[in-house]
Amino acid sequence: MTDYLLILVSTILVNNFVLVQFLGLCPFMGVSGKLETSIGMAMATTFVLTLSSLCSYLTFTYILQPFGLEYLQTISFILVIAVVVQFTEMVVRKTSPLLYRVLGIFLPLITTNCAVLGVALQNISKQNGFVESILYGFGAAVGFSFVLVLFAAMRERINVADVPVAFKGSAIGMITAGLMALAFMGFTALVQI
Amino acid sequence: MLTVLIAIGILLILSLIFGAILGYANVRFHVEGDPIVEQIDALLPQTQCGQCGHPGCRPYAEAIANGEAINHCPPGGQATIQALADLLDVEAIPLDGDHGTETAKRVAVIREDECIGCTKCIQACPVDAILGAAKQMHTVIADECTGCDLCVEPCPVDCIDMVEVGVTSKNWSWDKPQGITAVAGNIIATDRQAEVVH
Repeated sequence: MTDYLLILVSTILVNNFVLVQFLGLCPFMGVSGKLETSIGMAMATTFVLTLSSLCSYLTFTYILQPFGLEYLQTISFILVIAVVVQFTEMVVRKTSPLLYRVLGIFLPLITTNCAVLGVALQNISKQNGFVESILYGFGAAVGFSFVLVLFAAMRERINVADVPVAFKGSAIGMITAGLMALAFMGFTALVQI
Repeated sequence: MLTVLIAIGILLILSLIFGAILGYANVRFHVEGDPIVEQIDALLPQTQCGQCGHPGCRPYAEAIANGEAINHCPPGGQATIQALADLLDVEAIPLDGDHGTETAKRVAVIREDECIGCTKCIQACPVDAILGAAKQMHTVIADECTGCDLCVEPCPVDCIDMVEVGVTSKNWSWDKPQGITAVAGNIIATDRQAEVVH
């Protein structure tokens, strides 16, 4: 139980995928303009990351490993992620038009989110088990959502703040992200995994 | 050599399985049309007047779903723009004057003694609100008429008038507060119903 809790703390705070490992930066910068859209993106990413880390674990353990094809992990994970995202989009579109309006446009974006592939690959390199893989994916997604929503809230405020002309727009966004990453360095060595 | 073949085979099988899953999902979870278009269409006044530049309300709903401005509908007026803005989570903008101005609710009335029975207005009416036959006098079913003006142009003897619907005990309602309508539109659900009824 403690192990699982440590995985969560580690992925959300200590090894945060965006601010410490610098994965998934494109949605972090791109979708953080408005708080509402960033929440939509965060929900979609959480869903896809958890599901895809589960599916990629199953693919690796039950298909690639028995045949000794571990070197095919990258290409097959990309395949798995793309299929999971597509499938999710279809199901959501059919079952809940409302949710589809919130998540719809973000789902295809997530296919190319490097954090998703990163989680799948790290699950293998860390030799995580079944439950650990799911938790690792979920924790990574929660960490991603956490900083994304925080960052979006900050950018909404920065938009109305008196920023020097040269720093307006994405420049101040980059600086803010850098400061956030510095702040997250404070969590280093909180837990060791 | 064998390992290469196995690798290719595994990837091929994997792709085939995933392809089959997606293909099945595509059939199983097929969605007719776009749900957001339905919602937009429900908010439009259904006059089918074509003042927005589209052949009817539904094509305009599709155009809005694809990003067209929401202020091209004069019959709906500011209330419709506000409702669309709420639905789509965009800013409510004033009506675009190029597409016409917001007028009071009107219905077409045929001066029956002048009508020559040419049926041209019947063909023009988008909502089948005109009754009549060839060489017989025509008349408008006032309850069905959306006041879209489309029958006025084709009439060869100009016997169709657009008459403002007078206030009667059947369609009278309290005025909405001045100044708030532009901002809040139909706050109360019964406001919307009232508009549909009269």
